[in-house]
Amino acid sequence: MIGGYPIELLALQLFTGLALGSVFVLLAVGLSLIFGLLTVVNFAHGAFYMLGAYAGVFFIGYLGNFWLTLAVVPLAVGAVGLVVERWLVRPLYGRGIDYPLMLTFGLAYVLVEVVRILFGAEGMPFDAPDSLMGAVDIGVGYFPAYRLFVIAATAVLVLALWLFLEKTSYGLVIRAGARDGEIVRVLGIDISRVWLVVFALGTGVAGLAGVLSAPMRSVFPDMGTTVLVEAFVVTVVGGMGSLAGAVVAGLLVGVVVSMTSLFAPAMAEVSMFALMALVLLVRPQGLFGKKGLMG
Amino acid sequence: MGDDVKSKLGKTAQRFSRRSVLKTTAAGAAAVAAGPALFNIARAADHNIRIGFPVPLTGPYGSEAQEQARCAQIAVDQFNAAGGLNGRMAELLVRDDKLKPGEAATRTLELIEKDKVHYVCGSLSASVQLSVNAVTKARGIIYVSISQSDAINEAKDFSKYTFHEAMNPHMTAGAVGRYAFPQFGKRVAFLIADYAYGHEMVRGFKRAGEAHGIEVVAEVTHPLASKDFSTFLPQIMAARPDVLCLCNFGYDQMNSLKQATGFGMKQQMQILAPALLYNQRRAGGAAAYEGVIGGANYHWTLESSVPSAKAFNDAYRAENDGAPPSDYGAYGYAGVGALLDGVKKAGTTDTDAVITALEALKYDKYKGTQYYRKCDHQSVQSVFIVKSKSESEMANEYDVFDIVHTDPASEDILRSCAELGHEA
Repeated sequence: MIGGYPIELLALQLFTGLALGSVFVLLAVGLSLIFGLLTVVNFAHGAFYMLGAYAGVFFIGYLGNFWLTLAVVPLAVGAVGLVVERWLVRPLYGRGIDYPLMLTFGLAYVLVEVVRILFGAEGMPFDAPDSLMGAVDIGVGYFPAYRLFVIAATAVLVLALWLFLEKTSYGLVIRAGARDGEIVRVLGIDISRVWLVVFALGTGVAGLAGVLSAPMRSVFPDMGTTVLVEAFVVTVVGGMGSLAGAVVAGLLVGVVVSMTSLFAPAMAEVSMFALMALVLLVRPQGLFGKKGLMG
Repeated sequence: MGDDVKSKLGKTAQRFSRRSVLKTTAAGAAAVAAGPALFNIARAADHNIRIGFPVPLTGPYGSEAQEQARCAQIAVDQFNAAGGLNGRMAELLVRDDKLKPGEAATRTLELIEKDKVHYVCGSLSASVQLSVNAVTKARGIIYVSISQSDAINEAKDFSKYTFHEAMNPHMTAGAVGRYAFPQFGKRVAFLIADYAYGHEMVRGFKRAGEAHGIEVVAEVTHPLASKDFSTFLPQIMAARPDVLCLCNFGYDQMNSLKQATGFGMKQQMQILAPALLYNQRRAGGAAAYEGVIGGANYHWTLESSVPSAKAFNDAYRAENDGAPPSDYGAYGYAGVGALLDGVKKAGTTDTDAVITALEALKYDKYKGTQYYRKCDHQSVQSVFIVKSKSESEMANEYDVFDIVHTDPASEDILRSCAELGHEA
């Protein structure tokens, strides 16, 4: 017994926190990617997440298969991202960080309204596949099979992104472009195509997060607004633009929220902001952030 | 140069004035020609019985609000088709309150001052209806509220102009508790949305539980509009309750249910929801809601035993491609319908006469006989206990609930007039 709670409950609570943290990682990765490589603060991240969930509803109705849907949704949302980058974001490069910020901020409202017109304000049903329904005994208690799957999917996704960025030659080009686009251009590489790919990748990951969250968090037009907040907290705590930072911060935020839910439930929501304030006071650039990236 | 400017200005002014004179003359002539007709139209509109209907047409409850407006319009159409009040037609003025108390107060004031409505009916939130009520109370306009609240019955918010057509948390939570506690066990856990409506539901459950000797084993409060409930659920599971009462609403209810289902909690305990909504269930899907027991003011399958339900469903189906009405939509129909019944009975639109008529009225709009209790104008009505069906049990996409029990209309399920602070 610790603090009046049995050890098993505390262990389960800790595990729940890590699982919630992996959801946060999933939500934040796309945002972190686009910021870290393009220095674009994508305020439409939540809208792309919502688009992913609705694309999921659409494709599962059309294809009838959850796994196929998981593969198709990031491609579809990524395709929307391609269009947005090419025709909306690209003209704003080199104009300061607030231009694309305002653009994506407005874009989010447009996307939400379009979905509301097409699918209604009420929300759509979306269930986990039968094979992932129900709970599994994890030793300290029962845990939803679907959440275990989301943890695994997030781990695979993060690993794949890391391998892509760090171990492939295209990843090398992307990183070089983020460091100094001018030099990369001089070397004869079409840098605008690289940025197009990165933006599409980031939005595609946001879409994947949306469809993976749909069975846990419901599908409705405004589902992205709170996600944007959560994703920002994680990226700020982890350090803007750091993949490793997003992972560590996501898990940390998850555990903090989970433990406050147990000891002071009313504080659960505030706890992540308190953590963010604390981190900003001690390390303004975030846990893994590089100093002065915003300047 | 100065003179030049002046003369130019002079010319312009002259030209404009000549033009405007011509315009005015033409308009005047037209007005004279059309005079009698215009006068008639103006008089007819003035003659209408106008009902203001502020509901949150935009925002999270938008489709529910639009359904309420559709149902209210049916009540108005039926009143007019039956000849109105000796030929005086009724008219519904729908406004968007955006689910905000301030916005609702402004719209209501506008309806009263500018549109000169005779009565107000509407709102879809406890706090919004209190704000509308404050306006109508001050202006001496009858207000029929159609969303759940306990506070509106209490003496401090009540006025003789206030009527409450919807059920209140006390009666729904009480009815669900009385049905479930003897069947499923005495160890009870609560998951509570941290706002007035959430705590009102808990109070209703606890009151009903006293008679059955329930033991509260966990009481977990979550912030309003939480997205992830996973961190609140382990402590509820660790308390090993027989029954879990979800004292939340809307997307909170849907998400907590989805996640509780994922944790396998339904195998360990019976989940109760005081207000189980038809549209919310349809948006959430059969799997998440399967087996959940809750309270409802209406479910369309009532038509198999209640003739007024059949009549209401048929009227709604005829205008909505065969789809049946929702429970909250029915409130819109009953609120406006009862009001117009009162007007007809009073034989006048005079506010005091209509209040007297409403207080004496027995009406059956859609679910069996109802009446407004004298002291707090709460509509005394039956509460239906419904159980959500599994996908395989559903006969069609609308067939989502089974009515497992009916708490008949009775003042016994309400808080007493004395408890609410009304004089006997």
